Amino acid sequence: MEHKMSLKWISCRCLVLLVLALASFGCAQKGKPGLAKEAASKVYVPPGSHDEMYAFMSGGFSGQVSVYGIPSGRLFKVIPVFSQNPETGYGYSEETKAMLNTSYGFVPWDDAHHPEFSQTNGVPDGRWLFINGNNTPRIARIDLHDMETAEIMEIPNSAGNHGSPFTTMNSEYVVAATRFSVPVPQKDVPIASYKENFKGALSFVKVDPKSGHMNVAFQIMVPGFDYDLAHCGKGPSHGWAFFTCYNSEQAHTLLEINASKNDKDYIAAVNWKLAEKYIAEGKGKSMPANYYHNYVDEKTRVAKSEKVQSVKVLDPKECPGLIYYLPTPKSPHGVDVDPSGEYIVGGGKLATVLPVHSFSKMLKAIETNQVEGKIEGIPVLKYSATLAGEVKNPGLGPLHTEFDGKGYAYTSAFISSEIVKWKIGTWQVVDRIPTYYAIGHLSIPGGDSAKPWGKYALALNKVAKDRFLPTGPNQPQSAQLFDITGDKMKLLLDFPTIGEPHYAQMIPAEILTKHNQQIYALESNGNPNGIMMEDDAKVERKGNEVHIKMIATRSHFTPDCIEGIKVGDKVYFHVTNQEQDWDLPHGFAVQGMRNSELLIMPGETRTIVWEPKAPGVYPMYCTDFCSALHQEMQGYLRVSAAGSNVPIKYGTGK
Amino acid sequence: MQSKSRSLVVAASLLLVVALFFPIWKVSLSAPQYPEGKGLFIWADKITGELPHDLQIINELNHYIGMKRITPESIKELKIIPPVLVLFALSGLAVGLKGGRKLLLAWLVLFAVAGAAGLYDFYSWEYDYGHDLNHNAPIQVPGMTYQPPLIGRKQLLNINVLSMPYIGGFAVFGSAFLAAYAYLRERKKATGVKDSPWQSM
Repeated sequence: MEHKMSLKWISCRCLVLLVLALASFGCAQKGKPGLAKEAASKVYVPPGSHDEMYAFMSGGFSGQVSVYGIPSGRLFKVIPVFSQNPETGYGYSEETKAMLNTSYGFVPWDDAHHPEFSQTNGVPDGRWLFINGNNTPRIARIDLHDMETAEIMEIPNSAGNHGSPFTTMNSEYVVAATRFSVPVPQKDVPIASYKENFKGALSFVKVDPKSGHMNVAFQIMVPGFDYDLAHCGKGPSHGWAFFTCYNSEQAHTLLEINASKNDKDYIAAVNWKLAEKYIAEGKGKSMPANYYHNYVDEKTRVAKSEKVQSVKVLDPKECPGLIYYLPTPKSPHGVDVDPSGEYIVGGGKLATVLPVHSFSKMLKAIETNQVEGKIEGIPVLKYSATLAGEVKNPGLGPLHTEFDGKGYAYTSAFISSEIVKWKIGTWQVVDRIPTYYAIGHLSIPGGDSAKPWGKYALALNKVAKDRFLPTGPNQPQSAQLFDITGDKMKLLLDFPTIGEPHYAQMIPAEILTKHNQQIYALESNGNPNGIMMEDDAKVERKGNEVHIKMIATRSHFTPDCIEGIKVGDKVYFHVTNQEQDWDLPHGFAVQGMRNSELLIMPGETRTIVWEPKAPGVYPMYCTDFCSALHQEMQGYLRVSAAGSNVPIKYGTGK
Repeated sequence: MQSKSRSLVVAASLLLVVALFFPIWKVSLSAPQYPEGKGLFIWADKITGELPHDLQIINELNHYIGMKRITPESIKELKIIPPVLVLFALSGLAVGLKGGRKLLLAWLVLFAVAGAAGLYDFYSWEYDYGHDLNHNAPIQVPGMTYQPPLIGRKQLLNINVLSMPYIGGFAVFGSAFLAAYAYLRERKKATGVKDSPWQSM
């Protein structure tokens, strides 16, 4: 009883503080000018010099991934992932459209949250970057050689793919947890039948160690809570994965109140090695499903969609030892495993302490049956039995924790808008520094891996307010770079981001630069419509389709004058960039084409479809300033009336 | 001939074999747009880019000023140089093994003539390549020609060209030097000249 009282009192105090924090929002202290010179020297990358690290930031509701240099905060590239991108033709060209196919049809957008590097022995290896699509549950894989999206896997039986795509130590799996529980399989039921009909799914997506290809290996059906975030074990805890959940109240409406009632929700600890065993024993039930697997074929570089129609499902009731719930205060958000793999930190967004579970104590609690109850067959371990310690005063609204590899942890606190540094083992807070404003995730290079490069911390803030020149009602989100090499954290730099940068991962540059791809080799261009030489260029009519196999090279197209197209035709421009020179893309655009442009990398073939509506002569041109005679890189397309008998005729310089 | 002189001649002949397997000349280009540089290797039997696509890139750039494409298959010298090198290597070996100062002198003279002819031929190829320009070229600078230097550096519009012998080339020069040294050694011994062989030249 007394325990309950004190919690209530703490919650009250928490609310008061929250109000205070909100009230003082606008008057947070700015960086002191005296420090500016020192900070500037740490982020200044002289012209022509390179940054020390790459940061891959989620583009949030832009659906993309942005690539920044650290410490300069310079934006290098936006990688199109879940959203169509007319700038490059991604999601418009015939070679990339299939990437955005889903069981719901073509979805041109998503909400991208958590980039995650592939790992070898728990260390980011620079091969791939995974990122989740939250809205229409998907996981994308970006190939870090060319920094382009290579694959997108839809996740069945899932909704709000938030707890994703966190990797195991050798990227055996990336995981996906459903933030919204839904009827499984989907059916038309009253929303109020939530408790009876709604289920959660924890998915394990297998990653082929050579090709990187993903497949949904199995799912675990769990009680209908909101599964929020995840991290996989490492070292001693390799073989386990940890998922936070809130809404153990199983509310389906007004969750801000109704899902905030329980003192504790849970971290679900899943023994995935045991799951593999159960699957091998045939305990996984094949369940009919409908989801898409889209990938870029390595030979042709053309995206393909495959429909997958079943998924293996494990039921915890039939799989003892598969999953345990660790009670964790209160509506936990992040779950982060320290570099040693022993400590599991739960970020309770409404909690007043930061609980740290011990993996070895958890194993002992399982062994000695320290169970306080069961939920749908899943044992709930005693809080005291798994707890290693609590970090007191971890800020208000602690969300996420990353590690520097030197014995310290850094927790983001959303409501008090700060990073709180604490020591692993003593659980004492040793430093705190404000962020501007309302930090969500934070990122340390390798900070969720077994071997952090603990030099910088990047705060990914939800609100920029007055930090930059005003840009109307819609201000950018803001990232802030901190130096974490000393006892005290130091603010170095503010910079705006693309979309909402939920999470970012950083990696020393040389891990990626050593295998950065500069061109696509023309001789291994496997596109069925690609051509190697200008002599091979041709225009062919197949019924009402006109296929133009075209070369783009400095500074002309072959052919650049084409006649014989008719209204009602579907014109396919298959444009091959014949160059083999780094940083020499050509662009392609046609006046009035109700489609995007194409940006074609050296050695690549891209196809765009044009359906002209009226007779006339239409210019086409190169959109990427390629050479001294770029302006001359143009041509004409003659469109005749439907049924006219203008013959196909084409050429360049004739 | 003394055995030391003979070994020098044998070594000189073997160096010519080296020239068959390494580029003889290197032409390096750099420009504001190509800070990393592009390079051409001229071998006994082929012309290649320093990196796989350099030749193609150089050809593409050169079309703006109307230079002919460098197509190694159509350059007849590349078919002649390897057998000539082999011939000199074999005959050099024979001279080295059999001995004979006069024979060595004959070999040296022929080698010098062939070398000079080779350099002249390379110069004329460069001259032709730099002067025989397409009159329809997009970029035409009055009075400008684009002959690359035989040896050394030259600025051609935005491109800085550096032309230097490469491993194979140094092997040929080294071969000539070794053979000449062997000859002078022998002559000194025969005529009893005590001075440095260089002064006696």
